[in-house]
Amino acid sequence: MLKILKYSFFDLIRSRWSYVYFLFYLLLSSVLLFLNNDLSNAIITLLNVVIVLVPLIGTIFGVMYYYDSQEFTELLLAQPIKRKSIFLGQYLGVATSLSLSVLLGLGIPFALYGLFQSNVIFDFLILIVVAVFLSFIFSALAFNIALTNTNKIKGFGYAILVWLFLAVIYDGAFLIALIYFQEYPLDQFTLVATLFNPIDLSRILILLKLDISALLGYTGAIFKDFFGTIAGSLVSLGVLAVWVVLPLWRMLHVAKKKDF
Amino acid sequence: MNLWKSSIRIVIKVDRMKSSFFLLCLIIALNFSYAQNRTLEVCAKDCEFTSIQQAVDQAKAGDSIFIKKGVYKEHDIFINRKSLHLYGEKGSIIDIDHKGYGIKVEANDFSITDLTIKNVEVSYTSDYAAIYLFKCDNFKLKNITLKKAFFGFLIEKSSKGIIEENDISGIGQSEASSGNAIHLWNSKELEVRDNDVYNMRDGIYIEFGSNNVFENNTSHDNMRYGLHFMFSDDNRYSYNTFQNNSAGVAVMFSKRIQMNNNVFKKNWGTASYGLLLKEISDGEIYHNTFENNTTGITADGSTRINYYENDFINNGYAVKFIGGSYKNKFYKNNFLYNNFDLSYSGRLNNNSFDTNYWSDYTGYDLDNDNYGDVPYRPVKLFSYLVNETPESIILLRSLFVDIINFSEKVTPVFTPKNLTDQQPLMSEVQW
Repeated sequence: MLKILKYSFFDLIRSRWSYVYFLFYLLLSSVLLFLNNDLSNAIITLLNVVIVLVPLIGTIFGVMYYYDSQEFTELLLAQPIKRKSIFLGQYLGVATSLSLSVLLGLGIPFALYGLFQSNVIFDFLILIVVAVFLSFIFSALAFNIALTNTNKIKGFGYAILVWLFLAVIYDGAFLIALIYFQEYPLDQFTLVATLFNPIDLSRILILLKLDISALLGYTGAIFKDFFGTIAGSLVSLGVLAVWVVLPLWRMLHVAKKKDF
Repeated sequence: MNLWKSSIRIVIKVDRMKSSFFLLCLIIALNFSYAQNRTLEVCAKDCEFTSIQQAVDQAKAGDSIFIKKGVYKEHDIFINRKSLHLYGEKGSIIDIDHKGYGIKVEANDFSITDLTIKNVEVSYTSDYAAIYLFKCDNFKLKNITLKKAFFGFLIEKSSKGIIEENDISGIGQSEASSGNAIHLWNSKELEVRDNDVYNMRDGIYIEFGSNNVFENNTSHDNMRYGLHFMFSDDNRYSYNTFQNNSAGVAVMFSKRIQMNNNVFKKNWGTASYGLLLKEISDGEIYHNTFENNTTGITADGSTRINYYENDFINNGYAVKFIGGSYKNKFYKNNFLYNNFDLSYSGRLNNNSFDTNYWSDYTGYDLDNDNYGDVPYRPVKLFSYLVNETPESIILLRSLFVDIINFSEKVTPVFTPKNLTDQQPLMSEVQW
């Protein structure tokens, strides 16, 4: 498995897209930092970009990589290698290379800016952790989609649909539910509904760390009460981890049975 | 010729005598008045007086009492109907030692200056203050430092006083166990200037007072309000700074308050605001800066108030109208980079928001008259939704919210139709 991981990782690292992705983040965060001079604001803007773009790139890139390397995968399948290690290796290669691009792209300008002396380092760490988690989650989802759909067009369609659903449609339905049931106590509902969507969860995790959380008012206080405790942090990290593990498990399950 | 000369000499002589007599009279008069208005010295030991209360008891109206350097463990010093001038020097400290009031005064024409008073008793039933004035006219409290105060200055039924350059701080942990730095009750025509008040409950509190002026004060890190009006008409506050309080200024149940050139900043927290207007009318709010507050102004039942040439910068909400507000006018204000420029509930009620500068405005000005050709809608759909369903704030910064805000901007459906700025300015207002 490690060999395959190494192979796909270095294959991706050499690819143009990784560089573009890395350079994009590098440029974005350096521009934000050096033109803005306000770390907290820079983190908010980055948050906006990260929670939209990381999932999008994760899904598209994952699907693209799977289809691209389909022939190579079939070649590997003919060898005496476990299916589990082939797919897990490829998946980890994609996910780590994406995470690395984000990590370095965001990390280098912040390190140069002197982040380690400043007290927003924890906010920034959360941003990084969230970005890495989102990369892992959405490439896992992408591999799932690609595995179940041999038709490339269909695969891409579903990938975009999944992204659209979690990034936009889910929030829309959430909002409609809130307005429709506004006569009822909604605190528990909002909390649970947020936990179910990795993008919303990531957004809230970062927002709560920033000054802007004061805007959340009463609802924010409930969220802070929950996420502020150790149990709450464990639950939220646990949920993110489940979002990685569950698609991964399904991917391996499908891969094991699939007739290539 | 000779006669002429001598006559002149005589005149000069008489003149000299006159002037020396006048001088003599003056010296006598001065001596007399000096004897009348003595300065009594108080010091820790080897003095005529070792306690301030003794000196006060011995002093006659018009006397001064000089409190020399040292720590005086005294409390409830009472000045009863005597015009005295208490003053100290650097290091003159009255330590109340948590036993009631510091100085209680019921007198006219007096002053207390250059003193340090500390350790006022904390009580849940009595309003112990470092200096308590009751029915005092024409007084002056200047350059007094209060440390660990429960109430700082408690002033009742007084008028025409000056309170300036004082430094008042407390150590209260909760609203219940702390008092107000400067508490005015039923007092009028007072001038409160250049004071620095912090770590108290309210920085300055005024109830049933009129024609008072608050200028150049700094009120920061207070548990409740920086400045708090209750039932007090016709007052003015200008050039003050309110920073990091639970709320900057609360103006409640008052009429004709003038608020200008103040700075409200960093009043940040889930229930914080720069300025709270509650049941007030006919005020003027101009040349103020609201920066980094959760809510710049919360207006609840405020009527006929003109807001002009204010800066709202980087607030969560710049202005929040809760309801029951009529005929307010916003013009020539700068709304810069706020999360929400305006949150509004209820009907328009003749409130107008024309000719302001909004940093979020994306319209154009083809005829170059510095007014945008497309009306601006200060209420975003999301801010409207949050008003209806507070829980939906949890979608703050979600992509979906940006999308619906945009579509609402293009074709307004939900947000109040008339709530627009018909003439949004194209460039910032300079004032």
